[in-house]
Amino acid sequence: MTSNQTAQPYLKIEHLTKRFGSFTALNDVSLDISEGEFVCFLGPSGCGKTTLLRAIAGLDIQTFGTLLQGGRDISGLPAAERDFGIVFQSYALFPNLNVEKNVSYGLVNKKTPRAQIKTRVAELLELVGLPDQGRKYPAQLSGGQQQRVALARALATSPGLLLLDEPLSALDAKVRTYLRHEIKHLQRRLGVTTIMVTHDQEEALTMADRIVLINEGVIEQVGSPTQMYREPRTLFVADFIGAMNQLPCQITSDRAVKIGNLEIACRTHELPIGSNGVLTIRPEDIVPRGLGGEGQNGRPDTAAAGASIDVTVGEMEFLGSFWRAELSGASLAGNKLEADVSINAVQRMDLAPGKNITIELPVERVTVFAKPAAL
Amino acid sequence: MSDQAVPVSGAEVKSKLSSDDWIMRGFIVAVGLWMVLTVLLPLYFMLSKSMQDHDGNFIGLTNFTTYFSTPALFYSINNSFFIAIVSTIITVSLAFTYAYALTRSQMWGKGLFKTIALLPLLAPSLLPAISFVYFFGNQGIIKGLLGGHTIYGPIGIIMGEVFYTLPHAMMILVVALSTADARIYEAAVSLRTSTLRTFFTVTLPGIKYGLISAIFVVFTLVITDFGIPKIIGGKFNVLAVDIYKQVIGQQNFEMGAVVSVVLLFPAIAAFIVDRIVQRKQVAALTSGAVPYAPKPNRLFDGLMLAYCAAIAFIILSILGMAIYASLVKFWPYNLTLGFSNYDFELMDGGGWSSFSNSLRMALYTAIFGTIIVFTGAYMVEKAKGFGVARGAVQFLAILPMAVPGMVLGLAYIFFFNHPDNPLNGIYGTMTILVIVTITHFYTVSHLTAMTALKQMDPEFESVSASLKVPVHRTFLRVTVPVCLPAILDISIYLFVNAMTTVSAVIFLYSTDTSLASVAALNMDDAGDIAPAAAMCVTILFACGGVRILHVLLTMGLHKRTQAWRVR
Repeated sequence: MTSNQTAQPYLKIEHLTKRFGSFTALNDVSLDISEGEFVCFLGPSGCGKTTLLRAIAGLDIQTFGTLLQGGRDISGLPAAERDFGIVFQSYALFPNLNVEKNVSYGLVNKKTPRAQIKTRVAELLELVGLPDQGRKYPAQLSGGQQQRVALARALATSPGLLLLDEPLSALDAKVRTYLRHEIKHLQRRLGVTTIMVTHDQEEALTMADRIVLINEGVIEQVGSPTQMYREPRTLFVADFIGAMNQLPCQITSDRAVKIGNLEIACRTHELPIGSNGVLTIRPEDIVPRGLGGEGQNGRPDTAAAGASIDVTVGEMEFLGSFWRAELSGASLAGNKLEADVSINAVQRMDLAPGKNITIELPVERVTVFAKPAAL
Repeated sequence: MSDQAVPVSGAEVKSKLSSDDWIMRGFIVAVGLWMVLTVLLPLYFMLSKSMQDHDGNFIGLTNFTTYFSTPALFYSINNSFFIAIVSTIITVSLAFTYAYALTRSQMWGKGLFKTIALLPLLAPSLLPAISFVYFFGNQGIIKGLLGGHTIYGPIGIIMGEVFYTLPHAMMILVVALSTADARIYEAAVSLRTSTLRTFFTVTLPGIKYGLISAIFVVFTLVITDFGIPKIIGGKFNVLAVDIYKQVIGQQNFEMGAVVSVVLLFPAIAAFIVDRIVQRKQVAALTSGAVPYAPKPNRLFDGLMLAYCAAIAFIILSILGMAIYASLVKFWPYNLTLGFSNYDFELMDGGGWSSFSNSLRMALYTAIFGTIIVFTGAYMVEKAKGFGVARGAVQFLAILPMAVPGMVLGLAYIFFFNHPDNPLNGIYGTMTILVIVTITHFYTVSHLTAMTALKQMDPEFESVSASLKVPVHRTFLRVTVPVCLPAILDISIYLFVNAMTTVSAVIFLYSTDTSLASVAALNMDDAGDIAPAAAMCVTILFACGGVRILHVLLTMGLHKRTQAWRVR
């Protein structure tokens, strides 16, 4: 290692490959994680995100590749010789030990004096918001409380790295939302480098400093939540995060595509002219005309200077804070679009199924990808 | 210049083993060696003995040729199969109806009837045979019921085997029948399916694997049983008794080995089928199932109650007859009651010391057996990597189930009594009796331990490793306490079987280490049938006492730990 490197990553993953027999679970994965960062491994089930986490923990050691933690080569080390705390989806709390003994499980082994252990346990339980529950057994706690005990136990030995393996998926929706904030808050306060595995994009978007989107054993894209949402680099990312309209199209120039006879301006791309592509736009980026001086999401109308299309409103689905309207039209060549329209806009425009309107696709919101071979 | 520190991606990562890995692998190797010494090598010695002459020269299959050209010997194969098939059909039919009543009716006294049906497990298999002698023997009280047929022969053997194997079949079928999913039955009802059609399209397919398993377990138990045909078989020879006759009666060890090999085949075949079936059954259970709760039906419940009462009455009569016979002074001439038959010092077979030997042997078997089995199972289940060794130990742990007790005992003679074996010092001691008994009952204990361990969160060990807690600490602090009910089950199973077994130990006891069950057999051989009954009854009560202790312990444990046990 060069010593004059300034911002050395805390965790450096280099060319990591994991094979189970002939099946390749991870294929040449490289990633740097800085100290104090909160990183989410996101992807569909079976994509390899948990395999990557378990390789970092030393629970299932990779077939090829190197792992450096704090400058130390940990590639082949067993879990017991690495520096991390871990929380599993099942929490894996010891059922026959009460909360205090669960939390102090790793401290007792370090030959810490008893009084010091007691103070530390009290401090940790305070930290996770369970100050008076020390005498209870895991089975007497709710799922959310058990989750927090597992977190306290993982943090007890002050590890340099915190690993969370789908920590919230066993909980019901309300507790989950609450604990998202709790964990994020705790992580900021302690500044501990954290990796969380999740298949829930909302969880990743709300909690992570950076998202690592994995698909079929390969990293699709790494970036901040807004980057991942606004600037997806592949069709898979565009499709996986958030809702996305996808229309087959033909590339006509580096700034435009064609659907049927309709030409639509889009962001600059490098796809070969004449090839088949997929046009994407998020439902909330579609702007219905006739809303006056402002777009529905507060964007000035000037930004919406893209293609305008005449469409008919089809079914409308009420989703609480907005409506999702299905749009079809002759110019869409049999394709359908979904647009999110605020409740206000629906009232002002008197939007209802069967109504004909004109919509605009803002150029900066229209992204084109190559048509995937398998589709 | 710094790039050299980073390994090329082409080189496979060598994972370093933690001290935990070393400890666990050490244990796996140790358990594996233990199994090789106690199962594999003895069986190998027995196989090679079957191909030797009296002087130990290799003679190929000559002994087998002799065997199959001696009608007196190979007729036993027919006899053994006949007994095993008939007993299996009767036992499984009776046990199925009984288990059906216990799980699918709302009859009165289910707990009581279940307990009564399990009582035969506490007695040596000699006990029903002795009772039947008193019922149907030459001076039996209801011998007229046999219509002139003798009890000494297939009739007696089959009746004894049914009594002895009924609880085994019933337990398997109760488990199979109680894992039913109520939703499927509700679906059948909502589709207006008739009761009979529901039975054939839902119930039977649902318990298919349990039923097949029960059939093979009973078949194996019967074909390998020695006690019942020995007592009541008369001139009707079966394989297990032939081994005894060849070895003890004629000192023809080579022919004993040949018969053992012959007996090993059906046992291994039944074992393989059972293993395949068991493997399939795992996939048949779903986690979202709703337990089936039977609805009251007066006619059906009444019929089931009558049936169970009849079976329970027969079981209790058989046990009662043994107790009664053991107390009668001189059957059938002096029916006054007393304890004179319990004065074992006057009889052959080692007296009361054989009973205390049995207690000691059972205690050692329970303690050491449980430690070896549970630790071995833990290492096999929780160790990382080391797949080949783990697979080998797992196979060796399952293997003893396929080896009949007589065969195992004889194999031990050949192996441990071999002059060149450094371990031959244990021959004729308590140690070898404990080892052979642990081995004989290893498989069921091992599977019980595996079931309990598989219910533990697989990440306990991962969490411990991340907290730098050594694996033995988590084993003692978490695994053992959580698995304590299963550990108690294993030890009681080993204890009761050690008390009642005859087959595995019959070749291995010495005058100093005579056992109660063997003493009963020898007393019966010498014509002292009442003292033999008394010894069986003593074993029955000892096992019953330990069983009650076990229930109390389990209840106490449950009370102490209910704070943390989920539900």
